[in-house]
Amino acid sequence: MSLGSLAHRLYSGEVSYDFVGKRRRWYAISAAFLLLALIGLFGRGLNLGIEFKGGSEFTIPSSTATVEQARDSAKAAGIADPIVTEVGQNKIRIQSPALTPAESEKVTAQLSKDLGVAQGDIGVTLIGPTWGSEITKRALQGLAVFLVLVVIFLSLYFEWRLAVAALVALVHDLLITIGIYALTGFEVTPATVIGVLTILGFSLYDTVVVFDKVRENTQGITSGNRMTYSDAANLALNQTLVRSINTSVVALLPVAAILIIGVGLLGAGTLKDLALALFIGTAAGTYSSIFIATPVACQLQEQRPEMKALSARVEARRNASEKAKAAVKSVADDVSGAGDLAIVGAESTLAALAAPAVESTGPRQQPKKNTTRSERKKK
Amino acid sequence: MAAPTKTAIKPGRTLTILGLILASLLAWAFWPGLSHSPRLGLDLRGGTQVILSPVSTNGVPITDDQLNQSVEIIRQRVDGFGVAESEVTTQGSGDNATIIVSIPGTTNKAILDSLSTTAKLDFRPVLAEDYGSPQPLPTATPSVSGSASPSTKPSPVASSNVSIAPNATATATASPQVSSNGAAVTGGLRPAADSASPTPSPSASAVTTTAPTAAGVTSNDGLPPIQSAKNDAALQAAFTNLDCSKTGATKGGAADPAKFLVTCSTDGQLKYLLEPAAVQGTEISNAQAGIAQGGVGWEVNLTFTSAGAQQFAATTTKLSKQQPPQNQFAITLDGLVQSAPRVNEPILGGSAVITGNFTPDEAKALANVLKYGSLPVTLVPSSVEQISPTLGEDQLRAGILAGLLGLLLVFVYLVIYYRALGLVAVASLLVAAAITYALFVILGRQLGFTLSLAGVAGAIVAIGITADSFIVYFERIRDEIREGRSLRAAGDAGWIRARKTILAADFVSLLAAVVLYFMSVGSVRGFAFTLGLTTLVDILVAFMFTRPLVSLLMRTDWFTSGKPWTGLSPDRLGVKTEVVPVGRQSVVAASAAKES
Repeated sequence: MSLGSLAHRLYSGEVSYDFVGKRRRWYAISAAFLLLALIGLFGRGLNLGIEFKGGSEFTIPSSTATVEQARDSAKAAGIADPIVTEVGQNKIRIQSPALTPAESEKVTAQLSKDLGVAQGDIGVTLIGPTWGSEITKRALQGLAVFLVLVVIFLSLYFEWRLAVAALVALVHDLLITIGIYALTGFEVTPATVIGVLTILGFSLYDTVVVFDKVRENTQGITSGNRMTYSDAANLALNQTLVRSINTSVVALLPVAAILIIGVGLLGAGTLKDLALALFIGTAAGTYSSIFIATPVACQLQEQRPEMKALSARVEARRNASEKAKAAVKSVADDVSGAGDLAIVGAESTLAALAAPAVESTGPRQQPKKNTTRSERKKK
Repeated sequence: MAAPTKTAIKPGRTLTILGLILASLLAWAFWPGLSHSPRLGLDLRGGTQVILSPVSTNGVPITDDQLNQSVEIIRQRVDGFGVAESEVTTQGSGDNATIIVSIPGTTNKAILDSLSTTAKLDFRPVLAEDYGSPQPLPTATPSVSGSASPSTKPSPVASSNVSIAPNATATATASPQVSSNGAAVTGGLRPAADSASPTPSPSASAVTTTAPTAAGVTSNDGLPPIQSAKNDAALQAAFTNLDCSKTGATKGGAADPAKFLVTCSTDGQLKYLLEPAAVQGTEISNAQAGIAQGGVGWEVNLTFTSAGAQQFAATTTKLSKQQPPQNQFAITLDGLVQSAPRVNEPILGGSAVITGNFTPDEAKALANVLKYGSLPVTLVPSSVEQISPTLGEDQLRAGILAGLLGLLLVFVYLVIYYRALGLVAVASLLVAAAITYALFVILGRQLGFTLSLAGVAGAIVAIGITADSFIVYFERIRDEIREGRSLRAAGDAGWIRARKTILAADFVSLLAAVVLYFMSVGSVRGFAFTLGLTTLVDILVAFMFTRPLVSLLMRTDWFTSGKPWTGLSPDRLGVKTEVVPVGRQSVVAASAAKES
């Protein structure tokens, strides 16, 4: 299936994926990622910027100065082991252990003399050694407060099971983002922390959109016997798949713009750090709202006695209809059903919702495209 | 389905209201003669930002009062340098608080140095007192504002109208100073005409041609606090030459209690030559502002520790016998004179009351100085960030460029995907952008909101979140069409469902922004604020622009025709024709009926 035609099928809603039924697979994928993330976090650790470790940083705008010149100049000014890097367009960055304002004044004077840059043009950042723990503490406090509030809000708006599922997805996104930072060795700065905290909102936006549809589809579901909770939720996922992808793409586009401009023009700094964290986190958030949040929500919901009873009724009904199907229909071969994707006609699924008296659906059936379920399952 | 008649008038009216809101916001933002651009943060225009963390030196948690006093000292220092638009703000409280000092423009090393010194409170006997700046001749208009002495001689020494006495609770008789202050001027610190006395300047003869730069006198570019180990000619010359109206004269700074001091009052109105500290501020056990005995005016009650009480008794015994102005002692905080009360009698009990024509605020301010001036608190610079104006310019350009690129990418994606509806989304984004920009300008002007690089990033990120709302709405409309509704009905029914989702999702975003804002420091706050603001703008635009506009468009023939470019053609939505599913259903129904 070419990419274009897949996009069209998604666009037209003809393709349906079995997200909930194959949850073990998604969990396994996520578990592998999380394991990698944890290995990275505890093995390599995060590459913390000077804002967390304490230290000094000088940014010299110059098109002529070389890294070597800057290193020599910094050493001449008394920095024992300066870390000198070229960043962005025509900028050199020197990092050193923490200096006092007086010492930094000396360094900028030396750099200004040696590299021919006005002293006022040299950017200086001095960070005390305790500042990092201070902002880390604040960030963690903020995170805790936010998580508590979100669980309360989602419990009120949906119910606690969905809130827990959303929380699982959120923690998943945070861990994966942090893990990627650990594995790649990207520098963690306060801007990164902002980015990571913003992921919270982003990740939940998608989850709320999907859960809203899940709730709509599962309203009064226990009074019937045609769909299990998981079936209805999976349907909701498919119905919202296009908008999940669209909202994610549209959210990522500006972030990508910041990333491109930030890296290309400035090289390093707030914009790049922020956008990178957001980019990774938003991508993880899109994945988790589809592959983690809803499956987890279904698992929790299926634990409820009434949902178990519903599943049993649906099962019984399906067994009956399987027999009927075998008897009546020999024409419709399940040729395309062998793949991972359960492809059903979306319009018929929708029609199924609209005309529930004659409809039923389920993940086990794997009919050909454009074959309505109603043709396969009869009373 | 009965909706159309009900909503028939609404869309136009809502759009008109939004148009008025937008027009008035833009008019406010772009009012002629005012600034038309947002106030930029230091990282976008260059400057220095210092974040100070208060650290308790004695292990006792820092109170908010102590913090406020620290901020006052810092503010006095920064303002004293006279850099326009410098800002001192606090975030958080107690031990978690941080003080953020923002100084625009190129770096001023002296300001940076002044921030990391610790302030001290001392009581110093006064040797000489004079006007802070050269006085005009008697015929000229008095330039010392508030001075109640029109016929003041060029160099008068006025004794303070503020006086100190034993605490009234200890001595039953009301302190005699209360009544003698009736005619004092408002400042409480300024010389009163009635108590002005001839000039017995102790150093009149010494003020000669001696160079003020003689060895032993230490100062900061000739500005207070000027100190010397001896009260010699050089120090007296420094006192004579001191002009407290000069920039930087009232910035204050650490003063050695063991040395003589030449300095100004905090408002620069008076200058003083002072002895080494007689009592240090650490010996004050309590200070409180209260209504004076007899209920007229405010006073400050002061209690010393036992050691302080002895020192204070000795000092006041000595001072009470002196002639003005040497019967005063100066309360110096951070090297500047806060107040210089007159001593009329020895104060032996270890508690005193300072009277004067204080307003409640003045009394409270003085009490706070006395109580918290000697803070067991040091301010540690946690972060110093100097951004050169060129780098700031670069960052601003990058931010604007990223914003435009982000908008463009989103526009292209929306139009390709949603066709005509995409154009509605583009228009909505433009309206949101206009409102957001106007709010930045207005908030910058009215509330001092500054747009930092992180804030710009927040606004760019918000493009995506805002567009997400439109996508949710459009997809809901498509859902409704797939379920077989007419276009017009789908626009309305889709909105009712989308509305809830948009509000819930935006609420979560807002929650994140609010929590981030209150729990964070520095640049995170700017980001959170923009994110929260744009989320609110998003809701406004979705409800008052996108929704009514779609509603109007759905009534046009072109849209109802369902042509591919509307973005709502049933064909492209997978609804092949309306007949097919119905046909299937009826077939199914028939077969089901047959089976059962």
